[in-house]
Amino acid sequence: VINRDKSRRFPVWASLYLALTILVLVFGFYKAMSAPREATMGNLYRVFFYHLPNAILSFVFPYLNGVAAFLYLFWRTRNPQRALAADAFALAAGEVTVLYASVGLATGTLWGRAAWGIWWAWDARMTTYLLLWLLYVSYLMLRRLTSENQKAILSAVLAIFAAIDVPICFMSIRWWRTQHPAPVFGDGGEVAKVFLPALFWNFIAWALWGAFVLGLRYAIERRRQRNALAEQVSSSPQSEPRPVLEVR
Amino acid sequence: MNYAQHVLTHLRKDLQLEWRARELINGMLFFALLVVVVFSLAFDPTSYPSIARQISGGLLWVGLLFASITALNQSWARELHNQVLDAQRLAPSPASALFVGKAIANLIFVSVIEIVLAPVFAIFYNLHPLGQAWLLLVILPLGTWALIVNGTFFAALSLRTRNRELLLPLVLCPIAMPALLAMIQATTNVLTGELDPSLWIKLLAAYDIVFTIACVLLFETVLNAD
Repeated sequence: VINRDKSRRFPVWASLYLALTILVLVFGFYKAMSAPREATMGNLYRVFFYHLPNAILSFVFPYLNGVAAFLYLFWRTRNPQRALAADAFALAAGEVTVLYASVGLATGTLWGRAAWGIWWAWDARMTTYLLLWLLYVSYLMLRRLTSENQKAILSAVLAIFAAIDVPICFMSIRWWRTQHPAPVFGDGGEVAKVFLPALFWNFIAWALWGAFVLGLRYAIERRRQRNALAEQVSSSPQSEPRPVLEVR
Repeated sequence: MNYAQHVLTHLRKDLQLEWRARELINGMLFFALLVVVVFSLAFDPTSYPSIARQISGGLLWVGLLFASITALNQSWARELHNQVLDAQRLAPSPASALFVGKAIANLIFVSVIEIVLAPVFAIFYNLHPLGQAWLLLVILPLGTWALIVNGTFFAALSLRTRNRELLLPLVLCPIAMPALLAMIQATTNVLTGELDPSLWIKLLAAYDIVFTIACVLLFETVLNAD
């Protein structure tokens, strides 16, 4: 039987949003590729237009994850339905954080190779960034390894710990590296004005794309939750249709 | 009974259990000793005393981290026999008292390890600190508490999951990273005497306070998570 449930279709507004996102992504790509060559690095610097938006955005999604985890714990006993939605949102935000941080790390090493000649330097920003990535990978690992009925609570608790940890991490690594100044690059790099439009359009494009992936992942997780719930109801003994006459 | 009496009761119970079996302390001690020996294979501490001074702070804490992870899982697994944990959940005492009692017990166990291990470390790695050695008396308890408070909490969190032995280090290490950085830097600064460790001690103290509060507030949620 083909399921013609309306809620299972991809809504029209989402298709329009996706089309807009792809348009902006294409325009951002055009802007990044048509920006003038950089004086010292030549064309290699163009990865920067992808690195910076991804890196900035991957510091936004953890906050969404933390807020959703907090709301989950808040609603857990008061409003279980809403709590489930918050948990789905926290999962989606956690996964998008790891995705964006992975892209940021990958493009960061490419940029590092082009700018300083080495793939990796243990300077303040890169170390903090790696720790952020590790934190949210451990969040996803926890979700993998816990059983279905504990997953939401335990991962919400870990998400709160991670949210507390991110600023502490950020400050401690800063202090560490200001005690031992890194030779590769200092603070306060200036971006020349000609590169700003490309940076702006790519930032918008990747923000739109991140919101799209987040929404899609949220919808998938909500559907999984509904299916799991339906399965639970149909397999519980109360609602099972029992035969009226049993022949023994 | 007030809160402190509940904590003391839990603490006394844990100490008594450990005193009868002496499994955790012996296991951790031997494990930490093995880690010291394995690290000494990586470099020659006697011919390069300045290198030894620079890295042995890190080695000490890594050894203690590994040793405490092996013990932390066991400290909660004890509560699973005969459904003791379920009885604890039914008990009228506050849930966080159970946590605080167990964390203090674990702190005592790891401190015993440190008291034995620190002289062994100094002898094997030929160390004589160039900074103010008495500061280690502040750094060691603060750093141990940072590891133990989160470790005890996450051991309870991973208690009823599949692969709990695997899960604890996976969630504990990323969260403990700033604390590890602070304790390693502070210890190294004391050993080399080049920089002032006070910033790192302050950071450790702040980390301890923040995460102790978080653990105490969230422990009841974790204990009743199913």
